[in-house]
Amino acid sequence: MQTLLVFISAVLVNNFVLNRFLGICPFLGVSKKVETALGMGIAVTFVMALASASTYIVYNTLLAPFGLEYLYNIAFILIIAALVQLVEMFIKKSSPPLYQALGIYLPLITTNCAVLGVTVINKESGYSFITSIVNGVGAALGFTLAIVLFASIRERMERNNIPAPFQGFPIALITAGLMSIAFLGFSGLIKV
Amino acid sequence: MNPWKIIKNGLLDENPTFIQVIGMCPTLAVTTSAINGIGMGLSTLVVLACSNLVISLLRNFIPSKVRIPAFVVIISTFVTVVQLLLQAYLPSLNASLGIFIPLIVVNCIILARAESYASKNDALSSALDGIGMGLGFTAALVAIGCIRELLGSGSLFGISVLPTEFPKTTIMILPPGAFLTLGCLMALLNHLRSKKPEVE
Repeated sequence: MQTLLVFISAVLVNNFVLNRFLGICPFLGVSKKVETALGMGIAVTFVMALASASTYIVYNTLLAPFGLEYLYNIAFILIIAALVQLVEMFIKKSSPPLYQALGIYLPLITTNCAVLGVTVINKESGYSFITSIVNGVGAALGFTLAIVLFASIRERMERNNIPAPFQGFPIALITAGLMSIAFLGFSGLIKV
Repeated sequence: MNPWKIIKNGLLDENPTFIQVIGMCPTLAVTTSAINGIGMGLSTLVVLACSNLVISLLRNFIPSKVRIPAFVVIISTFVTVVQLLLQAYLPSLNASLGIFIPLIVVNCIILARAESYASKNDALSSALDGIGMGLGFTAALVAIGCIRELLGSGSLFGISVLPTEFPKTTIMILPPGAFLTLGCLMALLNHLRSKKPEVE
């Protein structure tokens, strides 16, 4: 039951992009088209699930038993960088079309703060192995939901008449602000 | 190069937040008050200046193929140092900045300066560049923090300044307020820039 609550909380209530401000760079950068936004979301989901699992294992078998908890930051970022590299090589070999579609967004996942963010949150909340993975997947699905919705709004905005000073980033930020207000509506859904 | 010029470049001409639009996550997340903005800005400044200095000193020893992992290790070392110092001496600030201290590692400003400046320039100007960029980032964070704190809780740096009858707009210190404030500030800057005649 607690695992289910963690999942719902990660997707809707504490949405990573709109509530915790993690992963804003790809959210603003890769959201001009719905297809690329969806591709980015899927790639991030994949990496975040793997990162949650592997950082849990490394933290609890290598760092904690030897009293090296303070090294978690360096260890986690290296795991994520290696993981992204691995995922990239794997997709390149197994599915060239998907690799083509994701293009440059794959290596950029390393510096997506949502990935490091979810591993740090898992560690700090003391989640179990299963809950960590559920939290990772939930957070990534929340990210995907937000970026796809945002991309669809932006596609429609292309044809609108926006005042000159607001063109580009300002209107995108204000749109995100309005989406964030909408997501505030979920905040009473569950108490974690 | 002229040291003042390098610092001014980071503070104004290439301000990381308003001109380059990078490092958005901490900018939006921690600016619920001006104090938080200063804390985050200065922590980033320290990491930026130290990692720029070390990367610049090591730039001829790091093979270019593995430079990104090497930069990331150097940066995360300084982030760990800053985090441990904050935990020891400023625990309340550390608690309110929370997860965004370890996340300085993935702040694009730091990796961007390492890659585009520190790996090509000498140690002194790299450290100055880090300080300049850090100051530009701090200034942006404090500006956003002041606006949100004033409208959202009627205070500045924790001291109430508005009369109690003045209605508090709580939404400004909630997540949507961050997006709205930054969006309006950037629109204002765009407007001012388009009004200003090109001198050069």
